[in-house]
Amino acid sequence: MDLSQALEVAVCTDAGMVRSHNEDSIAADPARGVVVLADGMGGYNAGEVASGIATTVIAAELQRAIEAEVQGESNPDGALVQRLLAEQIAKANNQIFQEAQTQPQYAGMGTTLVAAMFHNNKVTVAHIGDSRMYRLRGEQLQQITRDHSLLQEQIDSGMITPEQAKFSQNKNLVTRALGIDPLADPEIHSFDTHAGDIYLLCSDGLNDMVSDEDIAMTVQTLSANLRLAAQQLVQMANDNGGRDNISVILVRIVRDYATQRGWFDRLFGWIR
Amino acid sequence: MAKLVLSMDGLVLKEITLNKERTTIGRKPHNDIQIDNLAVSGEHAVIVTILNDSFLEDLGSTNGTMVNGETIKKHFLQHNDVVELGKYKLKYLNESAGATKPPHDFEKTMVLRPDAPAPAPAPAQEAPLMPPMNLSASQAMPTLGTASGRPLSESQTLRLTTSQPVALAQAHAANPAPAAQALTPGGKGPVAAVQILSGPALGRELELTKALTTLGKTGSQVAVITKRPQGYFITHVEGDRFPLVNGKALDAQAHPLNDHDIIELAGVKMEFFFKS
Repeated sequence: MDLSQALEVAVCTDAGMVRSHNEDSIAADPARGVVVLADGMGGYNAGEVASGIATTVIAAELQRAIEAEVQGESNPDGALVQRLLAEQIAKANNQIFQEAQTQPQYAGMGTTLVAAMFHNNKVTVAHIGDSRMYRLRGEQLQQITRDHSLLQEQIDSGMITPEQAKFSQNKNLVTRALGIDPLADPEIHSFDTHAGDIYLLCSDGLNDMVSDEDIAMTVQTLSANLRLAAQQLVQMANDNGGRDNISVILVRIVRDYATQRGWFDRLFGWIR
Repeated sequence: MAKLVLSMDGLVLKEITLNKERTTIGRKPHNDIQIDNLAVSGEHAVIVTILNDSFLEDLGSTNGTMVNGETIKKHFLQHNDVVELGKYKLKYLNESAGATKPPHDFEKTMVLRPDAPAPAPAPAQEAPLMPPMNLSASQAMPTLGTASGRPLSESQTLRLTTSQPVALAQAHAANPAPAAQALTPGGKGPVAAVQILSGPALGRELELTKALTTLGKTGSQVAVITKRPQGYFITHVEGDRFPLVNGKALDAQAHPLNDHDIIELAGVKMEFFFKS
């Protein structure tokens, strides 16, 4: 099913003001409703390699897997998409892990991940590490994913408040990553989408430099021009110091995209 | 690594490096920082250090603990905080908070792994740029509130709050926190405004204090003025027609605004100018 009429997607990625190269990778396929963002880590260019494998493998394989699975008949439900997403993540994890094990220059590389698949008026999002997805619905910007980071665990345990967390020196410690272990540990959830929602996927280079309030204000103010909004977010992160690579994917739900019900569902609906 | 400078009446008595998971402060001799003064309780306070962050907790002392003039129970220490116990002052200095590190040291992401093999006791600050797996600092991270119990050791074990042992892979130590200014929108510098020169809102003035200010009518023609450290810029947002600046149409790029530029947008003329 082609979702390019239902979804508007804008992306922007930048090395930032301090780093010499960009270890973030992004992939977006609006027609298939797949967006993937990864923030790689590891010396030299290993970070790029890890995040590149993650986005390429997941973006390319996911929709293919779904098409193969449902054979165009039934509508993929949340559980199916979740399972397939987990499988593709496992595949990417395996590939990064193998590379890291066999090539000395890639030893220890890994990447964070946030991947979203839009299907049947739903979004299924998987994440590992501290790359995030936010949702702007009406005036409210809400963080959908919860970081797998030391800081988040400290916040959860009540050790520090989210307000204090802005001043923490331990911002960059993730507790999960893709490609560092034989088995990946993604967190996957599905949510209903509404027409008009805007979803933001970003690397920590954005949310460490730009406050949630400013992110909300920017996306809302510039929602008429998604590409400009994405560029503006990156620019704000750079204006505030741009200490890390910055990547942004914005997805607007233009209209409903409920899947045609397959013959199987129709039959059941009719029998009932 | 963060340190404390102990002083009384402006006289520096001692410097203490916060290299332990728990640094205790009190009158009794078993404390890491002993202050032999009756105004200080036997076990007065403790500083819990987790990697680059330190937390001060008062242990129910008789006379209390002040930070920057305010009595605290728990406090997340920031560079240059002054802790007061009676007449004694402890200044908290965290060098890594300054922007003094070489660029490649900035904010590299590391992975904390709960299932890694026993870590080698190397301080995080000495981790090489591309370390082997699982090298690195192990430090302890008790939850604040458990005042005693765990034995102290030089090679500490890093714990998450779930109390799993954790090792760092991909260690990279220096990670100065973005300064508070990093979270303030827009740039500094003079504030500008636009004044409407035509139409029904003639004479109205709009101060451009926010990072973004939109002008125009949603659905027909909208432009945005962005406030950046290097000045103000106008950018076309939506609509078929592009705004004019001094009679010239903009393209899709951001256009810098100068004092007394005339903007025309959706049939309305306005003047951009710097205030004061």
